Amino acid sequence: MTTTVATQGGIGTNAQRPDGALKARGEFAYSSDLWHEDMVWGVTLRSPHPYARITSIDITEALRVPGVQAVLTHEDVPGTNIYGLEHPDQPVLAEDVVRYQGEPVALVAADHPETARRAMKRIEVAYEVLPPVVNTEDAAHGRAEPLHPNGNVVRHVKVRHGPQDVRADVVVTGEYEVGMQDQAFLGPESGLAVPADDGSVDLYIATQWLHADQRQIAVALGLPPEKVRLTLSGVGGAFGGREDLSMQVHACMLALRTGKPVKMVYNREESFYGHVHRHPARMYYEHGATRNGKIVYVKARIYLDGGAYASSTGAVVANAATLGVGPYDVPSVTVDCWGVYTNNPPCGAMRGFGAVQAAFAYESQMDRLADAVGLDPVEVRIRNAMSEGAVMPTGQVVDSPAPVVELLTLVRDKPLPAKGNDLTDMPGGVSNTTHGEGVVRGVGYGVSIKNVGFSDSFDDYSTVRVRLSVIGGQAVASVHTAAVEVGQGLVTVLQQITRTELGVDVVTIEPMDTSIGDAGSTSASRQTYVTGGALRAACAAVRAALFERIGHTDLPLDHDKIVEVLGTDVIDEVVEWRHRPTYRLDPETGQGNAHVQYAFAAHRAVVDVDVELGLVKVVELVCAQDVGKAINPEAVLGQIQGGTAQGLGLAVMEEIQLADGKIRNPSFTDYLIPTVLDMPPMVIDVLERPDPHAPYGLRGVGEPPTISSTPAIVAAIRAATGMALTRVPVRPEHITETS
Amino acid sequence: MTPQRSAYTRRTVLKSTAAATAVTHLTSAPAIADDGGTSEITLSVNGQRHRVAVEPRVTLLDALRERLGLTGTKKGCDRGECGACTVLVDGERIKSCLTLAVMRQGAEITTVEGLARGEELHPVQEAFIRRDAFQCGACTPGQIMSAVACINEGHTGSEAEIREWMSGNLCRCAAYQNIVAAVADAAKETPR
Repeated sequence: MTTTVATQGGIGTNAQRPDGALKARGEFAYSSDLWHEDMVWGVTLRSPHPYARITSIDITEALRVPGVQAVLTHEDVPGTNIYGLEHPDQPVLAEDVVRYQGEPVALVAADHPETARRAMKRIEVAYEVLPPVVNTEDAAHGRAEPLHPNGNVVRHVKVRHGPQDVRADVVVTGEYEVGMQDQAFLGPESGLAVPADDGSVDLYIATQWLHADQRQIAVALGLPPEKVRLTLSGVGGAFGGREDLSMQVHACMLALRTGKPVKMVYNREESFYGHVHRHPARMYYEHGATRNGKIVYVKARIYLDGGAYASSTGAVVANAATLGVGPYDVPSVTVDCWGVYTNNPPCGAMRGFGAVQAAFAYESQMDRLADAVGLDPVEVRIRNAMSEGAVMPTGQVVDSPAPVVELLTLVRDKPLPAKGNDLTDMPGGVSNTTHGEGVVRGVGYGVSIKNVGFSDSFDDYSTVRVRLSVIGGQAVASVHTAAVEVGQGLVTVLQQITRTELGVDVVTIEPMDTSIGDAGSTSASRQTYVTGGALRAACAAVRAALFERIGHTDLPLDHDKIVEVLGTDVIDEVVEWRHRPTYRLDPETGQGNAHVQYAFAAHRAVVDVDVELGLVKVVELVCAQDVGKAINPEAVLGQIQGGTAQGLGLAVMEEIQLADGKIRNPSFTDYLIPTVLDMPPMVIDVLERPDPHAPYGLRGVGEPPTISSTPAIVAAIRAATGMALTRVPVRPEHITETS
Repeated sequence: MTPQRSAYTRRTVLKSTAAATAVTHLTSAPAIADDGGTSEITLSVNGQRHRVAVEPRVTLLDALRERLGLTGTKKGCDRGECGACTVLVDGERIKSCLTLAVMRQGAEITTVEGLARGEELHPVQEAFIRRDAFQCGACTPGQIMSAVACINEGHTGSEAEIREWMSGNLCRCAAYQNIVAAVADAAKETPR
């Protein structure tokens, strides 16, 4: 038995983030803030067409612009001109065809960004414009031109659980749509590539996964991975949008060609073209139930638009399919989910990752079922709620707490907010014509299930190095990992875990880079679990080394003891740590223990709707979420508020609007995200029901609230208006029926 | 088209991130495409006067970030939509992407770098940290500058009032509840 003496700022406390003062002072260096002597600027020429053949590219005039250092096309890609997060199918620079509006075609480096942009406009690309494939169902069922060699189906996941083709007394059906949501992180893509004399390159970049970037960049550059060194710079938000490459290869190509450091920064418009989005979905659901509201079967067909390239579509499809009936006990499940290629913008990871789309449909269905059997929407959910020991549609047994009933009860039992009678409380604020005569209130509920960590047999691990030494009479632990801080507070959590495990106060977090092994992606709500788990294991190794020096283990380890034992020595341990394995879904039945952990959240939304103006005001959001163990309770609340807000955005405002594959609203004027006025105060309950399989019993936090807030808000709008509202975002013209 | 060399400022580049120590220290080399004709102007920023040669079209935001090396002011949209570039000009908050540097000669400009006094943070900065009022932090300099002005304007009488007067600053991490709390905290501490 080895114990550490509790120190301040360990797990379970609201330790402050170590990057707080830098961020508040404006001294935290985001990738867009980097500067290097002799630096030149890179820009990207993008296709204006969603689908076209390139018949020629002429760079002659661009090269003549004074100040231009390089103009590069696909012919200049040093290695393999193809990359992809899961599946390499995307050219670094387009060759003979462009498959989406905004696809990179050529690069320019110049001594000033304006010079580079001016030269870019002198590149002459001749296109033969083709009719774009934009219909997801046509793409899924072979009714569209194949855009890639193996056709347009990226993945089709079938889930067959229990007896098939059963009947039920009560049947409710629905068709639902989810629009294309953007991560809209506030710091657009940027990076700085610095060439070295030996032909290698250093890239300072805002990303979610350093090693996945490194692997893809190295192949594209034709270099061994060790010659492509990545260091994380400050990340201005991510939410899934930085899991794929943006300008990583481009900046390195320009740096290696010019021999100069190259900085690339996207502007807001380019950012809309520069990263993947949330998959738009079209979903057909049928729920069969008893007259008491107990679900007998669910049948669903889900179509996800992957856009021009695969990105992480395969995994998104698996999530939508396996989580497609929600946190409910369903004895018979028939789900088919397709992710397809089209000429729409590529889609991939965004917070909630496939579970968001399905949840809008299954939660809408639960409300319809409640109506059909005459039950309260919470009651019908409680009657069907899964609990620990439940069997998922994949056959996987849920082997840790699943307090769905408790979460629903908590949000239901909160007192309802009073109705405001001040004109400033009206939807749209005081400047509208209404005096409240058209304003109606509604209450709605949503509950979500999300897998935590990477699934479906992926080798999901993290690497952490911990060094313990004595500096100036003080024990200091330093933690090195490639796990990426994007704002979620991983650096805080790593300090907390180290303090608790080693009993030292001073913990430094080393720069995150590729000089250490892979830590996996900052996504799937996984880093506190996986890198936290690796860190705990590394600290245990350090502790074991300490006790070896002491010769026995039956005493508490505190700071003074460490200093005494360690002297001038350094203990240095590197640990690679995995969560328990997951297994591949059976391709015919979708059966298998595919997920490592499930997480749950429930929301209650209260809205006021001005039915004459079509305006919605979300008055209050209540959330209850089980986090297993809150390593940092304040950071947990931040995640719940942030996730909830992004779900609110999807419910009532956020959509990349497309016309024939072209984005119509690539700006914050036309793509709206919630402001402080849109986001109401929240009442939050955090449950801590430990998962015995996870470090400290913790459960991933970031995604579940994004998933359940959308259906709760739409349900509230439906309750207020009596309208069907089968598509998100719900816009004013949908409520006034003027579109 | 020769990029102008300038000795306006030496600055830390690749500045330290949360955990990182400085990676490199290099001299800045502001490059400008000067075929549009430049004007020598004086900008007074955080109490210091800077002579800079800028084209008339250069925004105050670009002048701060690219010419003076004051990268604390963020560029989230460059179109006045997000508020990340908010600075104070003669005490009033403006979006520095929507004004030209040449228009602000003679004005006293305050950026987020000008709030703290040495190691001592401004009460608004303290409150943002204490209230966990940010995650990624990309909007934070703009939020903090807006908050300083919001308090000076006297728009902190209630939570609703703070929300109304802070609504020009987007936060995608949606730390709004904590931002409101931080502004309310700081308002109590700030004598007006």
